[in-house]
Amino acid sequence: MAVPKIVGIETEYGVSLRGAPEPNPVVASSLLINGYVEQRRIGWDFEDESPGRDARGFARDGAQPPEIETHLVNAVLTNGARYYVDHAHPEYSTPECADPLEATLFDKAGERILARSMEAARRLLPAGQEIVVYKNNSDGKGNSYGCHENYLVDRNVPFAALVRSLIPWFVTRQVFTGAGKIGSENGADPCDYQISQRSDFFEEEVGLETTLKRPIVNTRDEPHADPQKYRRLHVIVGDANLCEVATFLKVGATAIVLAMIEDGFIDKDLSIASPVAAIRAVSHDPTLQSTVDCTSLGRCTAIELQWEFLRLARKYADESGLDCCGPEAIGTLVLDRWESVLGALESDPSTLDGQLDWVTKLELLRAYADRDTLAWNNPKLELLSVQYHDVRPGRSLYEKLVRGGRIERLLGEDDVIAAMADPPVSTRAYFRGTCLARWADSVVAANWDSLVLDVGVEPLRRIPMMEPTRGSKVHVAELFGQVSTPRQLVERLTAN
Amino acid sequence: MAERERKQKPAPKEREEVVDEEVASSSERGEKLKEDIDDLLDEIDSVLEDNAEEFVRSYVQKGGQ
Repeated sequence: MAVPKIVGIETEYGVSLRGAPEPNPVVASSLLINGYVEQRRIGWDFEDESPGRDARGFARDGAQPPEIETHLVNAVLTNGARYYVDHAHPEYSTPECADPLEATLFDKAGERILARSMEAARRLLPAGQEIVVYKNNSDGKGNSYGCHENYLVDRNVPFAALVRSLIPWFVTRQVFTGAGKIGSENGADPCDYQISQRSDFFEEEVGLETTLKRPIVNTRDEPHADPQKYRRLHVIVGDANLCEVATFLKVGATAIVLAMIEDGFIDKDLSIASPVAAIRAVSHDPTLQSTVDCTSLGRCTAIELQWEFLRLARKYADESGLDCCGPEAIGTLVLDRWESVLGALESDPSTLDGQLDWVTKLELLRAYADRDTLAWNNPKLELLSVQYHDVRPGRSLYEKLVRGGRIERLLGEDDVIAAMADPPVSTRAYFRGTCLARWADSVVAANWDSLVLDVGVEPLRRIPMMEPTRGSKVHVAELFGQVSTPRQLVERLTAN
Repeated sequence: MAERERKQKPAPKEREEVVDEEVASSSERGEKLKEDIDDLLDEIDSVLEDNAEEFVRSYVQKGGQ
């Protein structure tokens, strides 16, 4: 039986500092985070970080210690998220979530946190300067920054089994995960418009890198959980989505595919020839007619391969249930949405305007180009294509579409606002977030899998959290109700 | 198929009326949609960054993960 598909999404936002003589993105990113975190900053505990460890079972030659710049801003929020500076971008990592709808909620809360950070930063900047952030993945000039997903996976699954089914999965899922962009980058063949912002940047099938020669399957083996039991699959191939439907489906369907791999349910070889060329070819064809060469299906389109994954997923749900992917109703929602989206992509992709980012953006660009008779290389269209991702509520074209009732929402805005401060109830993020909300001054350091508390007497107490499903509201709400200080909390925890 | 069967049920006269209404409402819907899109594009014009060329040229990011 597959382990619970605990999931989190990390997003590196594009950042511009306007009006400054020498704009520095690291300074701008730090200002955003410092501006947001008005209470005492909680340091991040790097003790268990090991991004150089490889899931294939070896350490990279001359592997460097993790790229840590400890002087950079690094905050943990009361909703259990991490908010920090990474590679000259502000990055928000959602807390660990137990189902795809929860992950979508905390991902959207991140956009609101960035929006509020921009307002806070404006108060710290000289007049005439402004920081603007974009939830996208490329500047159109060959520079890409990521939106990574992380899934809890059983350590016993051979990594090769993951690779075999995940490559065709990642090459084809972009038909609904893509955020769309004008033109190509990184030496890819020219095109007017393509489905994914990221696909041009993938040059290897499997590997440890994340910033150059990016691999379709990333092998970083840093579980942030009990390493005997778990892996954390670090997915670097996806686009950052604004459409809630796209995020929900991206995470929900990927979790189900992982559960199937874990349970040995995928009984055929779905691998495809030349995946690196294929991921670009699929992205470069918004008509969705391009084909890949699949071992068991022969020449087929990305959608045909997706139908095969969905057929297997339906069968898996019937036989094993989808308990590991969250509440049953949510599993059903994923399967039904997956089916309706594939059907629509096959018959008329434009009907997914308002559900998928790449379609929504394409329809907007087409309408605009039609009205003003603009060619695809007109800078105005490129501007629209970037400004779609602007996170400022008044400037975001995506938000304009939301307010015009043209985007299907899955989340209530009140829930999104609440998720900026309150942690998910279903994972250890509840424990982390609650400790921070109640005793911020006593939390000396926090990490995904531990918390260090100052209980008023020496020594500092480190609370390990190696089991991502433990520390949920069901586990610890009663305990929190019975203690009023961190010292009492630690006493109760160590007494058990 | 189910759709077609359902439409065959009413008496002939009623059916014509239904069809007329559908045609009328569909063309009204079409015009309404077009107006909506025109309004939306106007609204977008009001928030678009001023100088598209300059914006596109200066939107440069450091690479990330």
